[in-house]
Amino acid sequence: MALVELRNISKIYYVGDEEIRALDDITLDIQSGEFISIIGPSGSGKSTLMHILGCLDSPTKGTIQLDGTLLHNASPAQLAAFRNRKIGFVFQFFNLLPKLNVLQNIELPMVYSSVPARERKERALNALKMVGMDNRAKHRPLQLSGGQQQRAAIARALVNNPRIVFADEPTGNLDSRTGEAILDLFLQLSREGRTIVLVTHDPEIAAVTPRRIEIRDGKIAKTLDPKLAGLETK
Amino acid sequence: MNLLNAILVGLKEVWAHKFRSLLTMLGIVLGVSSLVALAAVLNGMENGMKEALIALGGLDKVLLQDQEVPPAQEHLADQAPGRTMNDVYALQQCAPLIKLISPEMALRGVIMTRGDKSVRPSELVGVWPAVLDMNLHQVQYGRFFTTLDEERANNVVVIGTGIRDDLFGSPEDVGREIVPLGDAISINGQPFTIVGMFTRYESEEDKKMREYEKTHPPATLKGPARRRGWSGRRGSWAFWRKNYTAYIPLNAMWLRFRAASGANDTPDPTLTDIDLKVASLNVLEPALQQARNVLMITHKGIEDFTFGTQEDAVENINSAMRNARMSGGIIAAISLIVGGIGIMNIMLASITERIREIGLRKAIGANNASIFLQILVESVVIAVLGGVLGLAASYALVYLLTVLTPTQNSPVISWSAMLISFAFSAFVGVLAGLYPAIKAAKLDPIQALRFE
Ligand SMILES: Nc1ncnc2c1ncn2[C@@H]1O[C@H](COP(=O)(O)OP(=O)(O)O)[C@@H](O)[C@H]1O
Ligand SMILES: [Mg+2]
Repeated sequence: MALVELRNISKIYYVGDEEIRALDDITLDIQSGEFISIIGPSGSGKSTLMHILGCLDSPTKGTIQLDGTLLHNASPAQLAAFRNRKIGFVFQFFNLLPKLNVLQNIELPMVYSSVPARERKERALNALKMVGMDNRAKHRPLQLSGGQQQRAAIARALVNNPRIVFADEPTGNLDSRTGEAILDLFLQLSREGRTIVLVTHDPEIAAVTPRRIEIRDGKIAKTLDPKLAGLETK
Repeated sequence: MNLLNAILVGLKEVWAHKFRSLLTMLGIVLGVSSLVALAAVLNGMENGMKEALIALGGLDKVLLQDQEVPPAQEHLADQAPGRTMNDVYALQQCAPLIKLISPEMALRGVIMTRGDKSVRPSELVGVWPAVLDMNLHQVQYGRFFTTLDEERANNVVVIGTGIRDDLFGSPEDVGREIVPLGDAISINGQPFTIVGMFTRYESEEDKKMREYEKTHPPATLKGPARRRGWSGRRGSWAFWRKNYTAYIPLNAMWLRFRAASGANDTPDPTLTDIDLKVASLNVLEPALQQARNVLMITHKGIEDFTFGTQEDAVENINSAMRNARMSGGIIAAISLIVGGIGIMNIMLASITERIREIGLRKAIGANNASIFLQILVESVVIAVLGGVLGLAASYALVYLLTVLTPTQNSPVISWSAMLISFAFSAFVGVLAGLYPAIKAAKLDPIQALRFE
C-alpha cells in the first residue's frame, strides 16, 4: 500500500457566481521513500494540492488515505495530530517565529506532542546537526541568512521524524547558489530514506527529483515516472 | 501544549511588549487597588463606629425618651406627667422582659472645682448603680455607690479619668497615675467626696497611639500645656464624653440640686432619662410592647414617650456601609470591566499581528484547543499581573491615606477584599480573552499562512 493515496480529488472555490476548480479530479500515489516534485506554472493548483496532501485543507470531492487512514473521517484534532507527527512542512518564507531562537523554533512541533523538555532539546540539537546548523542554536531567525533560516525550517520539519516532508517553493526566496545548497540537502535527506514532496514552478529545480508530476489548471498534465519509463535510478 | 507551557509563552509575550502590556494592565491595576483600598477604608470606618456605639452602651440598650403628645391628645398636653420614678417602679414591678432599668437625673451647666482648678463634666447625673451595666462603665479604682449612699443621699461622686486629669493632673503631665479617692471636690459649690474612678475609655486606635508615645516620647511639644478634651477627632467623641462623666446618687441629685429648683419651690420630679435593657435582643419587640403597656397606665394614656433603640443606630451604620460598599464596588467593577475591554482590544490586535504565527503553529500540529488556550492564558496572564500590581498598589494607596489622615480610624485591608478583587481580575481576564481566543482558534491555517 502506498504512503499517500489520492483518489479523484477536486477542490472547488466559489468566488461570487464563478466556480474556480483549483484541483480537478486528481488521482495520485506516493510511495514511502520517494523524492517527487510537483511542477506547474503559478496558479495551477500546486499549493492547493500540497495543502490537501498535508492535511491543512480538505478536498471538495474525492478521498485521501495517509499511512492507512482515511482523512475525511478524521476530526480537526486528529488532523492536527497527523500534521504534528506524520508531516513536516517547509515554506517559501521560512515561517520561523522571530521571538524564539533557532533551537526553540525547532522544539515547537514537540511542544505540541508533549515531549519532555530535556528530550526536546536533545532532539532539536540532533535535527540541527543534520542540517549543519548546530553552531547557530542560540541565534534569532533574523540574525541568520535566508539559506540558514531555511535550513532551520527544514530541521523543524524533520524533528518529529515525519513520514513525509512537503516543501512549497523552498528555494523561491533564495539566490541560486543558496537554493542549490538547499536542494543538495533535500537530495541527501532523500538518500537517507526520507519521503519528500517538492513543489516548484521551476523545471530546473524539478529536474533533480526522479519522479515529476506536472499540473496545469488543476489537472495532472504529465508525469515522469522513472519506473514507468524503465529508468530506475539508484 | 500543556498549561505551564501556555503560561510561559504568555509571560514571554507580555515581556516582549512591556510598555504595551503595562498600559493594558492599568485599568485592572486601578480597579483592584481601588476596590481593596475602598474596602479597607470602609472597614476602618465601620470598626470606629461600632466601637463608639459600644462605648455609648450595648446593643440591647433602649432609651425611654420624651415626645410631644400626638395631635389627637393635644388637649391633654398639660396633663402629661413626663418620666418620673413612678415609671421606674412600675416597670420594675410589671415588665419582666425589661431586665435593667436605670433612671437618670442630670444637671446642666455644672462646674466642678478643686482649689483653683475647675472642669465642666460632660454630664453630672444622679443615678442608680444600674447605670454601670447600662452604660458599660468599669470602676477601676475605689467603689460605686451603695444602696446606703442612695438612701442617705450621701454626697459622694464617681468620676471619669478626664475629670481627674483636669482637677488633679493627668498621668502624661504628672508622670504617675493619681487616684484621688477620698479627696473632696465641690460641685456647684456643694462639697462631694470622690469614692471611685472609672477606667480610661479610648478607642483601640488611641490606645495604641498612647502606648506608642509612652515608649517613643514625641521630641518636640514642650510648649504650653495642651488643652485636653475632645479635639475634634472623629469617633473619639463618644470616648471623650464617657471620660468626663460624673455620677452621684440619684437621691443626692434630687435633694441637693433639684429640691429648690422646681416651679413654686416644689422639687421637679421629672427624670432626664430612663434607660432600659431588655432580657435579650430576641425579645426586643415584645419587651418594648410590655413596657409600653405599663407606661400607658402610669401616663394615664397620654403618649408623651417613645423608645429609641441602638438597633436603629446599628441598622443605620450597616445600611450606610452597605451603600458605600455597593457604590464603591460598582465603580471598581466598572474600572475592572473597562480594563477588561482594554485587554480584549489588545488581544485582538495581537492575534492580527501574529496571524502568520498562528497559521504556522497550526501547520506544525497545534490543534484548535491549544491555540485557544494560548490566547486565553495570555489574556489571563495580563489580567492577573495587573491584579497583583493592583494589590501592591492598594497597600501603597492605604498607606497614603493613613499618612494623609492619621487621626481617623486606620483602614484595615481585609483578605476577603483582596481575594475577591483578585479573583475578579482573573475572571475579567478570562472574559476578555474568550472572544479573541475563539477567533484565533477558528483561523484557517492556509489563510493565516498566506496572510502578508
Ligand atoms: N481561498 C481561495 N479562494 C478562491 N480561489 C482560490 C483560493 N485559494 C486558491 N485559489 C485559486 O486556486 C488556484 C490555485 O492556487 P494555488 O494552489 O495557490 O496555485 P499555485 O500554488 O500553483 O500557484 C488559483 O487560481 C487561485 O486563485
Ligand atoms: Mg503556490
